[in-house]
Amino acid sequence: MIVRIQNEPIGEAALLAAFARGRADVGAVVSFSGRVRADDGVSALELESCPGLTEVEIEREAARIAAEHNLLDLIAIHRTGEVPSGQTVVFVAAAAAHRREAFEATERMMDYLKTAAPLWKKEHAAAGARWIEPTARDHVDAARWSRS
Amino acid sequence: MTKVVLFGRIAEAAGWRERQVEPGRVSEIRHRLTEADEVLSSALGGLGVQVAVNRAIVRDDLAVGEDDEIAFLPPFSGG
Repeated sequence: MIVRIQNEPIGEAALLAAFARGRADVGAVVSFSGRVRADDGVSALELESCPGLTEVEIEREAARIAAEHNLLDLIAIHRTGEVPSGQTVVFVAAAAAHRREAFEATERMMDYLKTAAPLWKKEHAAAGARWIEPTARDHVDAARWSRS
Repeated sequence: MTKVVLFGRIAEAAGWRERQVEPGRVSEIRHRLTEADEVLSSALGGLGVQVAVNRAIVRDDLAVGEDDEIAFLPPFSGG
């Protein structure tokens, strides 16, 4: 399992090429890249983390998701610092025996990262900069995974 | 002294990121920081603000000692 917060660009192609390579028990690999959209003149996102807390929290959730969805491997990498539009800000990949688990785990990890991982996101646009908080839709998406 | 660290829009509203304060319970430190600062009071009072002591999220009104760190975390938003 790889969980990482980094300022450098995410090399998705190399990560995916090496992911779960040679494992005969893996029947499904799903990956997701979240890129910075240039909507409304957005030039970049600026991401902040809390070193010593953010990775630990994401690792804990990644381990939970991996266990509950029977994953064979998982990657969750999030960039911090300034990420220009067009670049990947977050990358998640899940490997499982069957596709359903891999799709669900990828979505669940993304829902977690959007709403519940200790990260803060500021949007820089022509009109100025503003802090972004999860939308109502993001919360509804994340709530799908809560167990009663 | 206890180190206070602010993140995201809370740090921006306060105009500072780190400060040393007298030790105390989470609620006491929060009260002392906000009583003379309306902007910070509003930022820390917002929905979804969480507290971390020594980089672990806490929900209780813990005593924060000398050499400990208390961080105020605005609502999370990644991705």
